Amino acid sequence: MEIFQAITNMTAVAFAQHLVNGISLGSLYALIAIGYTMVYGILLMINFAHADIVMMACYFALFGITAFHIPWYLTFILTILATALLGVTIERTAYRPLRDAPKNSVLISAIGASFLLENVATYVFTGRPLHFPDIPFLSTMISVGGVQIQAICLFIPIVTVICLLVLLHIVNHTKTGMAMRAVSKDYEIARVMGVNIDNIISITFAIGSSLAAIGAIMWGIRYPGITPYLGVMPGLKCFIAAVIGGIGNIKGAVIGGFILGLGEILIVAFFPQFSGYRDAFAFLMLIWILFYKPTGLLGEKTTEKV
Amino acid sequence: MIKTILRTEHVTMQFGGVIAVNDLNIVVKEHEIIALIGPNGAGKTTAFNDVTGVYTPTKGKVFYTKKDGTEVDITGKKPSEIAKMGIARTFQNIRLFKDLTVYENVLIAKHLHLKSNFLSATFRLPGYKKEEEAMRADVEKLLKEVNLWDVRNEKASSLPYGKQRYLEIVRALATDPQLLLLDEPAAGMNPKETEELTDFIRKIRDQFSLTIFMIEHHMDLVMEISDRIYVLDFGTTIATGNPSAIQNNERVIKAYLGEDEDA
Amino acid sequence: MNQNKRNIMLTLAALVVLFGAACFVQAEIDSYIRRIINLCMIYAIIGLSMNITNGFAGQFSLGQAGFMAIGAYMVGIFTVPVNLRGDVFYATPMNPLLVNIYFPLWLALILGGLLAAVVAGLIGTPVLRLRGDYLAIATLGFSEIIRIVITNAASVTNGALGIKNIPPLNDVRYIFLVTAISYIVISLLLNSSYGRAFKAIREDEIAAEAMGISLFYHKNLAFMVSAFFAGIGGGLYGALLGTVDPKNFLFTLTYNFLLIIVLGGMGSVTGSMFGAVLVTGGLEYLRLFDEPMEIMGVAIPLFRPGLRMVVFSILLMICVLFWRHGIMGTNELTWEKILHFVRHPLDGFRKKGVQGK
Repeated sequence: MEIFQAITNMTAVAFAQHLVNGISLGSLYALIAIGYTMVYGILLMINFAHADIVMMACYFALFGITAFHIPWYLTFILTILATALLGVTIERTAYRPLRDAPKNSVLISAIGASFLLENVATYVFTGRPLHFPDIPFLSTMISVGGVQIQAICLFIPIVTVICLLVLLHIVNHTKTGMAMRAVSKDYEIARVMGVNIDNIISITFAIGSSLAAIGAIMWGIRYPGITPYLGVMPGLKCFIAAVIGGIGNIKGAVIGGFILGLGEILIVAFFPQFSGYRDAFAFLMLIWILFYKPTGLLGEKTTEKV
Repeated sequence: MIKTILRTEHVTMQFGGVIAVNDLNIVVKEHEIIALIGPNGAGKTTAFNDVTGVYTPTKGKVFYTKKDGTEVDITGKKPSEIAKMGIARTFQNIRLFKDLTVYENVLIAKHLHLKSNFLSATFRLPGYKKEEEAMRADVEKLLKEVNLWDVRNEKASSLPYGKQRYLEIVRALATDPQLLLLDEPAAGMNPKETEELTDFIRKIRDQFSLTIFMIEHHMDLVMEISDRIYVLDFGTTIATGNPSAIQNNERVIKAYLGEDEDA
Repeated sequence: MNQNKRNIMLTLAALVVLFGAACFVQAEIDSYIRRIINLCMIYAIIGLSMNITNGFAGQFSLGQAGFMAIGAYMVGIFTVPVNLRGDVFYATPMNPLLVNIYFPLWLALILGGLLAAVVAGLIGTPVLRLRGDYLAIATLGFSEIIRIVITNAASVTNGALGIKNIPPLNDVRYIFLVTAISYIVISLLLNSSYGRAFKAIREDEIAAEAMGISLFYHKNLAFMVSAFFAGIGGGLYGALLGTVDPKNFLFTLTYNFLLIIVLGGMGSVTGSMFGAVLVTGGLEYLRLFDEPMEIMGVAIPLFRPGLRMVVFSILLMICVLFWRHGIMGTNELTWEKILHFVRHPLDGFRKKGVQGK
């Protein structure tokens, strides 16, 4: 009953408002989730540091514009490059040496890398929230049919879809993409067949981190309070999004991202009394999906060989 | 009449579109040694996994007669429950507790019959102490019998390959099974070792009054030791019978013996 | 058996000596140092608790901060003197059912441990079917959910404001006794048949199950016992701080214990104790990095707040990358080894030289 009341109490404009918020949040989650799913697909590990790569990208963009006075569009490009470099560096230093180590060691290393990035950011940028600079047009509020939205909200889903299409093209129709798929299907065979595993893994981290950077820039414009821990919660949720969609599956990650983003916003919209539990939604979804469909919505079924 | 220990009825196992085991009907009687043979990928290990609860068959049922003589349906039961009822197994790719000692490996196998709860165990109450002593005495006896006592403090992974195979069998024996499933016990052994193993399997069968059901590729061993043989090919049973009947069976020769005897 | 009895006597003697030392520290040493020693012991309890699941049962759980929070809030809610509760719950009045219930600390600790274990049991049923990374994320998620629930249940927990006025406990003797009891109980459990079953699961789940070890039961048992001691440790932590706040129990807190067990050795009880001493001591020592530093009148530029944690996390990384097995690996420091060392102090080195690969 409550649900009907909640829905009927909401005006169309308010609903549209929430929908726009949900879609833009979902798109951001999707962009970040792709990074998790790609790395998991190839290395079978949670790249805990991915969340902090997002955070670092926010700081790169912020300082590029405010401290170095680089034009914002140039800053964005430099940010994407710098973030890709950061992702590759993390893989080289923290993950590559442990490639033949037990999985738990890699997991601990990933947690350590994440922790290190957070602490470095706290040290260098201080723990105080910094304000992401306003970007011409993108940061302004506009009115579309009575719905007040930030202009960036219109671009976020579009950018996400473009990124997704480009990525799918790379993965499905280029030689590099084929090698990536081969590595994620069977690491050993791919190596024997002459795929340069190290290169492919680096490329995967570079792509995942670039997408994270694109997501981070839009995140910064949308939610301008930048702190060293800003990546943590979204990071966890995006990993969950990747699991919901079926880990290793790029489209799945995007779907998962949208489910979580929309779900989170709409639940709070319809049931304001639960707004304090907003962050719990993703984790409950995770438990639910693992219980009923452990391979995720689009994941392949795998059985362990005995 | 000789008691039937294990019986599968129309057991079928399907993975996606692949039928790994198709309509398997096996009967294992008390004190028998039964071999399951067939080319690689014939579904032998899958059949084992269906019996031991690692997989639940897509279709069909598995029946097992407990030590008290009652027959129970064990289809879909958990591996640990099945082990408690008296079915023990080894694995094709040895699965020892690698970082633990030989002694610990075998002692752990005694845990399933422990009656004391964890509090009683933690606080070393008299009931638990008694059980622990009995377990240790059993393990000592067992290890001495199979000549593993001297290496009891070695890590399982540090044993030579052949000894690891033996240790896995001994660990399974420590669960006090009635039915022992051996998945390629002679894999990777030379003819002399295989011969020793043959004697060993016979010996434990008699000494522990076991029923043995095994998968094996070494035909010498299979032909010498088995009471009956089941031959699987592409998941389907293509022949059953005693060793000489199987050796002369056209279909078997065609599907298996003639093509890759040493696979 | 004889050797066993000797070991028990030695352990008891060591405990008596250590308790004597604790009494001395309590009487003679200033409260700042006492606080560090207490924190160290509390971290040892929680490190040990985490080692039960992660090191012995091989289930990579990251939920320790959540279970600590449960224990800490049990202490926070019930040990604040009744007449001071109005000052604490000034924004949202305390639930009338609870407002007059007071527990002594020991009871609150046990109840906190038990509640943490119950919550772990509820969480464990769905979560422990997962493996590796998934389990890590799910437990981490639940740890956060516990924190979110605490933040939102203001009439019980005072929400984001936290609970102040907890009678502060900076008593080395008390915390030593709790630590000693926890250490003994955990060691006894891990050396029992159940502990061996945990190790079997860590080594090979499929083989363990085939040997009749119920994964569900034993994983849950490990998880609940682990939560119990994390709850007790959390309760002591709250009492030591004198205040609890949801922000104290962010999942990054769990990383401290992760470092303790990695450094000490996953799967080693004595290792966790060493790890706890090194990590708490180290974190204290590293504070000098947060202070401005001058060498011969010249200010060294990089020393300012935050550097300590950077150094700490770099040490964690170095430890993970180059020293995976930590101090003890899965070995224990036993009386045999100590006695052997006392009798033949040089043997150990010689042997190491030969054994080292």
